[in-house]
Amino acid sequence: MGALGPPRSLIYEVFRQERKGQAFQHAGSIEAADERFAESYAREQYGRRGESQALWVVARSSILQIDEFVDELNRNYHRVDGYPLKEKLKEARERAGTSRPAVADR
Amino acid sequence: MDQREQDFLEYVQGGGQVEAGDWMPDEYRTRLRKFIEMHGNSELMGVLPEREWILRAPTLQRKLALTAKVQDEVGHAQLIYRVVEDLGKPRDECFDDLISGKSKFHNVFHYPTKTWGDVGVIAWLVDAAAIISQKALLKCSYAPYARIMKKICWEESFHILHGRDVILTLMNGTDDQRELVQEALNRWWGPLMQFHGNPIPADQDPMLVWRIKSQGNDEARQQFLDGYVPQIWELGLTVPDRALRQDEQTRRWQYTEPDWDELKSVVTGHGPKTEDRLDLRRQARENSAWVRSVLLAA
Amino acid sequence: MPARADLLLQIADDELILGWRDSEWTGIAPFLEEDVAFSSIAQNEVGHARALYELAARELGTTADELAFDRQPEEYRCSALVELRLPEWERTIARHVLYEQADAERLERLKASDDAEVAGLAAKIDREEVYHRLHAQMWEERLKEEPRFLSALEELRPLVDRRAAHSPALAELWDAMTSVRRSQPAGTRW
Repeated sequence: MGALGPPRSLIYEVFRQERKGQAFQHAGSIEAADERFAESYAREQYGRRGESQALWVVARSSILQIDEFVDELNRNYHRVDGYPLKEKLKEARERAGTSRPAVADR
Repeated sequence: MDQREQDFLEYVQGGGQVEAGDWMPDEYRTRLRKFIEMHGNSELMGVLPEREWILRAPTLQRKLALTAKVQDEVGHAQLIYRVVEDLGKPRDECFDDLISGKSKFHNVFHYPTKTWGDVGVIAWLVDAAAIISQKALLKCSYAPYARIMKKICWEESFHILHGRDVILTLMNGTDDQRELVQEALNRWWGPLMQFHGNPIPADQDPMLVWRIKSQGNDEARQQFLDGYVPQIWELGLTVPDRALRQDEQTRRWQYTEPDWDELKSVVTGHGPKTEDRLDLRRQARENSAWVRSVLLAA
Repeated sequence: MPARADLLLQIADDELILGWRDSEWTGIAPFLEEDVAFSSIAQNEVGHARALYELAARELGTTADELAFDRQPEEYRCSALVELRLPEWERTIARHVLYEQADAERLERLKASDDAEVAGLAAKIDREEVYHRLHAQMWEERLKEEPRFLSALEELRPLVDRRAAHSPALAELWDAMTSVRRSQPAGTRW
């Protein structure tokens, strides 16, 4: 039993969908000589118990990973934490003479 | 330990996890890979005692269940070696080291399986001991390993039920069948008690310090005894250790100290079946080398 | 023996013995992924045998396990092809290729049977066999230029439908297969 050597080693990543409507999640990886073998092996390793609704099998070399994100200038305008409203709301209530809302705040 | 390593240690001790591409201290990576590799080796060697009985399973249902169980173990080996490979050690090198005796596998897989009783005891008790260890890996600081442990633990759930079913059927059967179970239990008790390893204080156990596993050896053994001694006794079976008892106050189990010398000797390659089984692996690998070459060439 | 039971036993015995042989690779196949895949094929074969035995068992007033285990070697109706022990991968795959071809033809005939139960079961088995055929073809594609594979095909092809006398290999297999069962009286539960 051996790995297919590094120069021609083909690793396929397997993503599985547990139930219809759910997202495909990464489940693991297999080594296979080509797509036909990959399909056969993924089917058995990740589906022999009928535990998966569907599988995506993708050569690792086809996957583009992105794990560095730049936000040097703290762009909070498009995030919830960019909107601290507590102080402004307190000021507005005091101006209107209403210390408590009549109906619960959303 | 430099600052970066210290930060890493605090990070994992706080429950943080890392992925294959993340930086990790050399010590962590080395220990981790060795630990995971031993696990892979154990799954791979674990199939050998059991597959002898696939041929001899006495009903169609048992035949299917046992084949499926061994298949799962091969599948687990595949999952585990893929993790090791992504940590930098190719599968072929792992097999080289396994076959040459350089790397280890768990004690229980160095012993013979003599009867159908062994098949039941292994699936019921040895697997139970293994599952306790495996559950302690579900929160491993190394995330790829933690993730495969989830699949492994889930698949192991039927193994224990299968084991229990085999044992219960035998215990409800003939006198000879009950004797098969008792006799197998008598032989497997020693290795079972050694399985989780000798006691190590928590702060001196690197596996705990680096949060690779979340349970110490002694704790695992106590958990095993808690769960399975009552199951053994309720069937009218006896455990071959007169000193085995549960302290009424502390609820801790007391037992004859396992033979740690035997454990050491066995895992360093001197078990009764070590050589035979490594030989079988070596042969199987040599005989199929041409198959792998053919697949590579295209 | 009723004709239907006879036919069912022939197919069941083929699947049982082939499944038994194929399961010998579990744990020692050429590589791990293939080990898992081939083991599923072996299990399916035994599963098919079981379903076929169950059908025959109802007619004969017995059980699937009794049909599978409690007959004498001479009473099995399996072909010479399936009973051989083939510890070489090229011979195992050659058998796999040859068997799947022959079995596909047999299943087509059964699916057309007047007997609804037989036709129904044949259809179910056939749907599972689709994957066995794909697997066999996949390997054949890779090995078709390998001399040892080609000679294995030649060696095994004549045995596909040979059902006269059994080889010693079957008696050996039967002995191992039934040893645990024979250690206790008939009817003992395992």
